[in-house]
Amino acid sequence: MTALEAPLVPSFGTRAVRFLWTCISSPGNIALSLALLLLLGYALPGLVDWVLLRAHWGTDPQTCAHTYGACWVFVRVRWDQLIYGSYPRSEWWRADIVFAIVVAGGAALLSRRITHKGIIGLLLIMAAPPASALLLMGGAFGLAPVEVSNWGGLLLTVALGGAALAGALPAGLLLALARRSELPVIRTLAILWIEFLRGVPLIPLLFIAMNVFPLLLPPGTNPSPLAKIVVAFILFNGAAMAEVFRGGLQAIPKGQFEAAKSLGLGPAATMALVILPQAVAIVTPGLVNVAVAIVKETTVVYIIGLFDFLTQIQAGLQAPNWLLGDQVRDSGYLFAAFVYWAVCFGLSRVSARLELKKERRG
Amino acid sequence: MAALLSLAAVNVSGNLERLGAASGFGFLWHRAGFAIEQHLIPYSEDSTYFRAFVVAVLNTLVLAVVALVIATVIGFCVGLGRRSSNGLVHGVATAYVETLRNIPLLLQLFFWYFAMLRPLPAPRQSISLFGIAFLSNRGLVLPAPVAEPGFGSVLLALGIGVLLALIVTRSLAQRRARTGSAPKAWPLALALVLGLPLLTAIATAFPLHWEIPHLQGFNFQGGMTVLPEFVAMALALSLYSASYVAEIVRAGLDAVPRGQIEAARALGLKSGTISAKITIPQALRVIVPPLGNEYLRLLRNTTLAAAIAYSDLTQVFGGTVLNQTAQALEVMAMVAGTYLVINAAVSALLNWYNRRVAWVQR
Repeated sequence: MTALEAPLVPSFGTRAVRFLWTCISSPGNIALSLALLLLLGYALPGLVDWVLLRAHWGTDPQTCAHTYGACWVFVRVRWDQLIYGSYPRSEWWRADIVFAIVVAGGAALLSRRITHKGIIGLLLIMAAPPASALLLMGGAFGLAPVEVSNWGGLLLTVALGGAALAGALPAGLLLALARRSELPVIRTLAILWIEFLRGVPLIPLLFIAMNVFPLLLPPGTNPSPLAKIVVAFILFNGAAMAEVFRGGLQAIPKGQFEAAKSLGLGPAATMALVILPQAVAIVTPGLVNVAVAIVKETTVVYIIGLFDFLTQIQAGLQAPNWLLGDQVRDSGYLFAAFVYWAVCFGLSRVSARLELKKERRG
Repeated sequence: MAALLSLAAVNVSGNLERLGAASGFGFLWHRAGFAIEQHLIPYSEDSTYFRAFVVAVLNTLVLAVVALVIATVIGFCVGLGRRSSNGLVHGVATAYVETLRNIPLLLQLFFWYFAMLRPLPAPRQSISLFGIAFLSNRGLVLPAPVAEPGFGSVLLALGIGVLLALIVTRSLAQRRARTGSAPKAWPLALALVLGLPLLTAIATAFPLHWEIPHLQGFNFQGGMTVLPEFVAMALALSLYSASYVAEIVRAGLDAVPRGQIEAARALGLKSGTISAKITIPQALRVIVPPLGNEYLRLLRNTTLAAAIAYSDLTQVFGGTVLNQTAQALEVMAMVAGTYLVINAAVSALLNWYNRRVAWVQR
């Protein structure tokens, strides 16, 4: 077989042999491989044994009291609180609908067969959050009202992340456009606003939201902590998205603006019909990266005392009836880590795939 | 917009009047009345709020610097591992990056603090590291350097040595540029930097000794104690940031065209010389700007200290001082302003360095 006839994708066997060869191709590599193999050989079997083989899977907390092995009993028994917080049991179906929208929308965006992903994505980010908020809060269309303070667990994490994403996206686009404005006042204000929010960390910003925002409002109005936190998240991530959009807008060649102008399009039509469709394709991977950051950021509401998914885990671990030894706590953290990791890793794969597609096209 | 701003201003003044809180920064000179366990400058409950502010800023900075150094070292190692020809090394480095950057930092912090450091044994059963450092649930006790009279002259000699080394290096570089040949500068420079202080130390009979901590009663005496909160923050921050540094380093190395390395090899350069003169200088130009942004992000992430009560700026001022004084506007302005100033200073430093290493377009 000549080089030209060699298959483009080597078979599994070829790749395995190549992989093994790279591990022993030089004395240095042999030493490195041996060291790593020793390390993995020391850590991995114990981990598998602890996580799966000798884990406790039942529903009685006492079975994993002060014994060896992961305590998945904790996750099973506390499942309801982890997912719904103290959302009333009779209204769980509303939360389930919201989860279903998120899962179905995510699957539609990931699928290779479904077209019109732009419209689906736009609906998911712009229309689904307000509809979900209405559904979860109730008080209209005959739905019983549910206090926001009862939202918790994964439901709160999804609500907070969705609201932050839905608000930050238009805010970021507006800020990026303002930063390119020809009016010096607007441009300077936009730059100051963005740089302020990129320079101040999220947690001081949350403290500002909790303590300073109420001062700005008319006396007597006291929004819920969640509302204040959502505003802070939108401001913070809006600035981050503005920088992503700015990169995309800068990548559009000047000729595009000139061509649109020569066709007689006004500034608004140029933006909406010519520039933005191209810029959005460029910035999508960057926007997904901001979404990953938002998912990870939602955990810091622990500091404010909102019961998001991670806080529910932490609160469960500190409850007196679960003080049954280190293995319960380690299992709780491992489960939380796996959930966040799965979401963030999945999203980062989407971002990487879009990036690859962009490179092939461009 | 102006109307909104004036409405907010009216609301603020009305709300402040109603709350009856003091205003202005006069409180800074009042007695703080709370203790801060980790203070790099003398501080007690009788110190002023302003001194507490300085202590808190120093705590933030020392944490950021320690984490930054560790993150850089680990990040460079993992980044090189990602480019390793050894498949096993590559796989482990990739697993490190993809695991750590997809798990929220707060969860990693919980792991280090609640799962690793808090369950450590009491000082009497502490883990001894080579008999000079001890790890227990009270933190890490390290040997402390104790200066004796005459140590100042050693420091002075070190300063003079560094200064002379810089002059020698510079003049030799100029001679090389002028005549094309000059002796190597580094042996002489090294001799100056190490030799001068060493000679002074011998002359003054080594005016520095290390105070080894020893167990007395229920705790350690002597040495210096690093709080468990600090250790957890430093570990979580540095390991998390290292995963981003690794990707930055990999991208930088990937940006050096292969042809450059092949050409250098064809010229007969040794692989060490190729790294030092061809690969690293060119990769640094790509690495430095995103690395700077990562450092700034690490600085912003130090605010997570509020979750485990490490007394950084956000925890001390956004928490304790805000609660004691109820002057949300002033306190949060100081916190936000400080982060903005540090941010701007680091940005300026990075821009200056970036201009020095950036491509010179001819």
